[in-house]
Amino acid sequence: MASNEKFNFAQNVAEALADSQLRANFRFATDTLIQRRSTVFASPEETNFLRDVGSSMKKDVLANLPDLLEKFEAQCTKNGIVVHWAETAKDANEIILEILNENSAEKVVKGKSMASEEIHLNSYLEEHDKEVVETDFGEFIIQLCGEPPSHIIVPAVHKNRKQIAEVLAEHIEGMEYTEDVDIMLANVRSTLREHFKTADAGISGVNFGIAETGTLCLVENEGNGRMCTTVPPLHIALMGIEKLVENVEDIPAIYRLLCGSATGQRITTYFNMISGPRKKGERDGPKQVHLVLLDNGRSKIMNDPQLGDVLKCIRCGTCLNHCPVFTRIGGHAYGSTYPGPIGEILVPQIEGLDPKGAIASASTLCDACAEACPVRIPIPELIRRMRDESYGNADPSKVALSGYKRSCVESMVWRGWQWSQTSPVMNKMMLKGLALFGKWIPKVGPLKAWMSVRSKPQFGKNSLKDLVKKEGVRHE
Amino acid sequence: MKKDSANKTPVYFFGTCLADMMYAESAMAAIRLIEREGYEVIFPMEQSCCGQPAYNSGFPDEAREVAWKQVEIFSKHDYPIVVPSGSCAGMMKVHYPKLFKDSPDLFIVKRFSERVVELTTFLHQYANAQYVDKGAPIKATWHSSCHAMREANCIEDSKALLSQLSNVELIELERERECCGFGGTFSIKQPEISGAMVSDKVADVVATGASVVLSGDAGCLMNITGHMDKENISVKGQHIAEFIWERING
Repeated sequence: MASNEKFNFAQNVAEALADSQLRANFRFATDTLIQRRSTVFASPEETNFLRDVGSSMKKDVLANLPDLLEKFEAQCTKNGIVVHWAETAKDANEIILEILNENSAEKVVKGKSMASEEIHLNSYLEEHDKEVVETDFGEFIIQLCGEPPSHIIVPAVHKNRKQIAEVLAEHIEGMEYTEDVDIMLANVRSTLREHFKTADAGISGVNFGIAETGTLCLVENEGNGRMCTTVPPLHIALMGIEKLVENVEDIPAIYRLLCGSATGQRITTYFNMISGPRKKGERDGPKQVHLVLLDNGRSKIMNDPQLGDVLKCIRCGTCLNHCPVFTRIGGHAYGSTYPGPIGEILVPQIEGLDPKGAIASASTLCDACAEACPVRIPIPELIRRMRDESYGNADPSKVALSGYKRSCVESMVWRGWQWSQTSPVMNKMMLKGLALFGKWIPKVGPLKAWMSVRSKPQFGKNSLKDLVKKEGVRHE
Repeated sequence: MKKDSANKTPVYFFGTCLADMMYAESAMAAIRLIEREGYEVIFPMEQSCCGQPAYNSGFPDEAREVAWKQVEIFSKHDYPIVVPSGSCAGMMKVHYPKLFKDSPDLFIVKRFSERVVELTTFLHQYANAQYVDKGAPIKATWHSSCHAMREANCIEDSKALLSQLSNVELIELERERECCGFGGTFSIKQPEISGAMVSDKVADVVATGASVVLSGDAGCLMNITGHMDKENISVKGQHIAEFIWERING
């Protein structure tokens, strides 16, 4: 499913860094999103309180997930929503295809859904001769280009206005090149209208599923989500099993956290609460609503108390915006549906550490992500855990392909380091050695990497321990 | 053990491994600044590293051994442990209890962690240090280390000390809250990304027009000055302790 054979993180990074336009686009976008977020979350007290609420809400949900899922299923069924369980990505794809086939649906309009990206639904359906049209503006653009999203919230953020204008002029019939946003949007809107009218089914994601009432909540700004879920006669919603909340009263806090963190809005233009198919006597709405609940490794992740925290994620993407590494290399370099800090801790768990564990090395552990996360996922701690797992040093190891990175050389280096930091004699010898011979350390390996953009480290003649003795500081 | 000389309040000093290798003078300046406030500095000679390099690189067992060594030698007395680095202080305060969460020694470790204080927090909040600037007028800029900012929470203390230096014009970086790209072993495991980050940081430093960039963390300084040196940029980099010590001694 994932193109692991071809994944080469170092090469992706090098290519991304060499693309100055890409870097400028990401810098502009993340700056804008950070700035917008800060205007909505201007009060640290209120924001931190809200984050506490969001965090404990999601924690409670995860602690009671099996029961809540059963309740949710029962309520959905009562509302007339047909519930399907998909253990794997493959199961989910097959279930969705089967529903489409049963209804002779050939053409599908889609609202933005990261879960559908995770299972590579579009390519699966297209392989089975279905026509799939993405209707979110950003998703529409990248579908035209045949590219995956580069950001969880703003999928075409790697492109600037000029690049988008070029894509539209190339792909939309009769449209001339223009950088006028209103004209671009109007053209895309009229193109999409035709698709909405002629689609046999609509597929959407779910931002929150309310267990108490069996309601599917969909957060969006363009109205395309509402069109996808109301115009075609068949609506299929795809939802990760962790996206539950317990009660309707939980929605205001979590919704505000999502909007504020994702786009810096107080509320989005559309907030859809879907509670079933068209009822008798109603004149609109889909005739059937199906819900596919996706596990794809989540219940395994949940079993580990530390790893399970990643499932609190509400997919706001703010950790991407705040990450100085994501800002430099963009989303595609990570080679996975979920890039940036959240990707570093989620993707290796879903796809296995080899080779996707490599992306966990792309962090300075600066904590900017954890500082912004609306549900307080301790992202840096989980990145460390991925690194421990990569070397098989987590106890017990829980992530698939744990230990893939283990090497005798690196283990020996750290053992030697430990020795030099716990034995006073070794420590003294190491410091003396650096002072005397440091300047002759050959420029290979780590030193070569260091010196690619920095001059050679200047080791001091005296260690602090030497000075302390010389200058008469009391020592013991 | 002799009685504390002249009834001065004793404090422990943890110098950091980078001070031993490259920044001994800065750490000595830190010791002098603490002594200047009437404290007696005690330096356990068997100290080494906080353990963060291994902790962040996937080697928690090695990190734990090194951390335990520090806990042991700094637990003979209940003195505060002053650390001239927000990152090492953060490691010892915030991460040691996590590293020992399954250990029977957790409570010993917690008592150790509670005594750890970052240098500028100690000088500003504990010692209420007051400085008179004897240096010539100078433009300086300040780099906040990520862990000083988000773990040790000492940036306001650092800036409060600097603001007492009347001839120092402090010009803020445009992206003061952004990481410089050091990240310990990150800088050698992802050298290209690290390089992109440090070159942006240096551009920010140069744009301020300051002649010196200050920080409370030797790791960031090593990264930033290393890049400036390679690019022949004449801005100086200095640890806050050494800078203050020079300014108040003319």
